[in-house]
Amino acid sequence: MTAYTATVTVRLKHGVLDPEAETTQQALERLGFELEDLRSADRFEIDLEAADADAAAERAEEMAERLLANPTIHDYEVEVAAAAT
Amino acid sequence: MTVAVLRFGGSNCDRDALAALEHLGVDAEIVWHEDGLPEGTEGIVVPGGFSYGDYLRAGAMAARSPVMAEVRAAADEGVPVLGVCNGAQIGAESGLVPGAFTTNRSARFQCEHVHLRVENADTPFTRAFGEGEVISLPIAHGEGRFEITDDALAALEADDRVLFRYCDADGTVTDAANPNGSKGNVAGVLGERGTVAVLMPHPERATLPDVAGPNGAGTDGTGVLAAFSQ
Repeated sequence: MTAYTATVTVRLKHGVLDPEAETTQQALERLGFELEDLRSADRFEIDLEAADADAAAERAEEMAERLLANPTIHDYEVEVAAAAT
Repeated sequence: MTVAVLRFGGSNCDRDALAALEHLGVDAEIVWHEDGLPEGTEGIVVPGGFSYGDYLRAGAMAARSPVMAEVRAAADEGVPVLGVCNGAQIGAESGLVPGAFTTNRSARFQCEHVHLRVENADTPFTRAFGEGEVISLPIAHGEGRFEITDDALAALEADDRVLFRYCDADGTVTDAANPNGSKGNVAGVLGERGTVAVLMPHPERATLPDVAGPNGAGTDGTGVLAAFSQ
């Protein structure tokens, strides 16, 4: 078994309204920043032990499917790296 | 009929629901989620509140608690289930109904009275009304915007599973009357069985005469909760 860190990024599907991101963008613009668009996402960093990177990714994907993401509104991606020692 | 009003950590409309049901003469009790559904449960209310602090997404944690598996099994057997506000979010997260309730278009918590058009009067929750009738109920939510794919919404509409839509006082469904940006102005939907319903507005806050008042909530919630008083 090897220690991995799986990073699960959950973001709204393209086209789904994100009022919090819009509000954040407006606040940045009020501070004088120039920007075209702003998107927000949730990132989960999961430390786990697995036989190999594929097994770690598979488990993290199942976590995203069953809890971390809501398939109605979210897309997600999983990246796996050897845990920092 | 013995109705179980579920209580999770962070539920806060459980006692309101109990009081409203008792006012209608319904035998109801509050059930702590870890205790599971009592034997002989003949109706289930998943009440409003902020279960688990709305962590991750409103309703996400409670939806995955063991008692919700019991609720889904009971719903499959035809036990009437009503999810209100956070209960609607839990219902959507747990798959009792399709779609999701997410952040209001305004990005704000909204607490106000709304008008609703009864889209389907042939359900236990709307039998007291006529199709197209306009009723008034209060809302109080920050994450009540109904999101669903266009195809899935079309399928819901084809199956007559939209229960209520936000509308103006005349019953016209307009964008201005949509308090939270819900797709299709949808305020409440039915599950696969017509005995399962979730809605963001609060019928239990518009049932007791003491809070109805001339400027109050009215008593239209009575008709929704009448599903449990047969």
